[in-house]
Amino acid sequence: MVAADSEGPSDPGVRMFRRQRSIPLRGSAAALSNNLSVLQLPVCNLTHFGVVHGPSAQLLSVAPEGVPLAQRQLHAKEGAGVSSPLITQVHWCALPFRVLLVLTSHRGIQMYESDGSVMVYWHALDSRDASPVQAMFARGIASCGHFICVGMWSGRVLVFDIPAKGPNIVLSEELAGHPTSVTDIASEPAQEQDCMADVVTADDSGLLCVWRSGPEFKLLTRIPGFGVPCTSVQLWKGIAAVGYGNGQVRLYETSTGALHVQINAHARAICALDLAPEVGKLLSAAEDTFVHIWKLSKRTESGCTEVEHCHGECVPDTQVCGARFCDPSGSSFAVTGYDLAEILTFSSE
Amino acid sequence: MFNKSFIEELLKPQELYSKKALRTIYDRLAHASIMKLNQASMDKLYDLMTMALKYQVLLCPRPKDVLLVTFNHLDTIKGLIQDNPALLHLVDETLRQLIEVYGGLSAGEFQLIRQTLLTFFQDLHIRVSLFLKDKVQNSNGRFVLPVSGPVPWGIEVPGLIRMFDNKGEEVRRVEFPHGGNYVTAPKEGSFEVYGDRVLKLGTNMYSVNRPVETHTSGTSKNLSSQAQQSIAPNPLAKEELNFLAKLMGGMEIKKTSGPEPGFRLNLFTTDEEEEQAALTRPEELSHEVVNIQATQDQQRNQELARIMGEFEVMDQPRWSASKGDDLLAMMDEL
Repeated sequence: MVAADSEGPSDPGVRMFRRQRSIPLRGSAAALSNNLSVLQLPVCNLTHFGVVHGPSAQLLSVAPEGVPLAQRQLHAKEGAGVSSPLITQVHWCALPFRVLLVLTSHRGIQMYESDGSVMVYWHALDSRDASPVQAMFARGIASCGHFICVGMWSGRVLVFDIPAKGPNIVLSEELAGHPTSVTDIASEPAQEQDCMADVVTADDSGLLCVWRSGPEFKLLTRIPGFGVPCTSVQLWKGIAAVGYGNGQVRLYETSTGALHVQINAHARAICALDLAPEVGKLLSAAEDTFVHIWKLSKRTESGCTEVEHCHGECVPDTQVCGARFCDPSGSSFAVTGYDLAEILTFSSE
Repeated sequence: MFNKSFIEELLKPQELYSKKALRTIYDRLAHASIMKLNQASMDKLYDLMTMALKYQVLLCPRPKDVLLVTFNHLDTIKGLIQDNPALLHLVDETLRQLIEVYGGLSAGEFQLIRQTLLTFFQDLHIRVSLFLKDKVQNSNGRFVLPVSGPVPWGIEVPGLIRMFDNKGEEVRRVEFPHGGNYVTAPKEGSFEVYGDRVLKLGTNMYSVNRPVETHTSGTSKNLSSQAQQSIAPNPLAKEELNFLAKLMGGMEIKKTSGPEPGFRLNLFTTDEEEEQAALTRPEELSHEVVNIQATQDQQRNQELARIMGEFEVMDQPRWSASKGDDLLAMMDEL
């Protein structure tokens, strides 16, 4: 295991990470982007993990020290069509009064109570929209206030209005803004007055759309791509952190669309980005077997954004497909890889 | 195999073949030649093909490079059939068709194609001695993913952070330790009918004479997930097999008076070893083979039927009026 740290042993931001106990999976992880979701439950000292295997996804709840407690398998609802549909993503959505688990597939969108025990909503992909040439699927999941946004192969983004409890979920809006398949969606609570934008959607062409959520979503900015798919996106203090198929991580100011930082971060397509927003830590993982951790800082005077490399980890011979921080301080993270039947965990404490 | 209508069928937008359907087509193609294989050698050949393809797809630098790998396959085939201009023309036509269908796809679409292909190979960790010797595969069956060498075309060598101000001027440039040992890509492979593909994946693995074996004993417990695959016949598989039967054309069993033409391929060192392997092969890896009785439809492609030549029937031939029912009935027997 190669760990590359930046210089500065006296810098408290720089840490050494150590490999912790792996968490075994029933099925290996599929070669998808954003193929790991983590739900931290500090109140009961538990962490939930969600990984897509293929036609099924696995949910695990894990105690401290990586001790697995319970697991559940969810399957993509069959719907129309003959073959077993593949799941594209599984993601926990934290809403003001509840947490829902959302599962997207080549057939539609399934929403469950957070432990996956009860399906509360099913939205089938409209087969009338089917193209004979293109695959249909839903992909890209994020919650924003009491809304859940889900992307589609067509480029549309579906916005669902979620009640405080119960299954009375309603499709509130369909956003048009993307000419190609949606890849990922990110959101952050609208904090300061200036930060009006709270949702960013990305697609296969690399185009980013910046929205303000509400009963009617408003498109604020479009940040054009450069011919490379955007595979993963995060939003922090009005800055969109974007991972691309060419291994680059870029940071854009969402109000203006200006490029603030460009990192030649990886030698293969980026598969996942994650944020520890309280400390401004960004995690990037790619198919090149590497995971990197970055410290972001926003200079209010100049309006510039700075990035510092904190740590790099190599997961040998593993095409990483998912990575997430496991705690709010960014002092531990978990990684999944294609064909790997375990979740690897790293901690700096 | 490079017949125009066959290729056109293959290139139609469709879902990924099931493992069963692919194995069936593979068996049929192998037996349509003058080559004879018994079950154990057939299984071994199929495993070898599967792992080699997994290696090629997994190690593609860019998703679009799966197309370059295919071009390498076809270029190598062309090298073997130089003395047959009619066949050369068919392969060139195939290249043109591939360029037409796939040449214009976006990077995102190729990413989806590559991810979908990888689901087919998920959890297969059969060790191939050629790969083990060349150190491209570890003893646990997983492939080595190098962190050195040229980056894919279109990707910059990692290690640089560039920061800009609001006017777009670069204000700071910092290097960081990225952990690998990469260099820039020399040039891009050609996606034309003729050209230097640059990429070595998909070229002849056997350029030097080597014994090739696959190891099935002591493979990981991942085998259990293979065995759990559904064996219920599904309508899509029936459709795939129907199409195959349709295109394979009329089948004639030639009874020759003299010694049988063709050759028997044994992938083991001795005949005894082959028999032994057939007996001791782990249950999970045995592939159920569906016997296809192609119809007597004479308007099927003559050339394809001619290329097929002799077809060895394993079981008692069964003739029935309805082709679809025939296939379903056979699948029910699995």
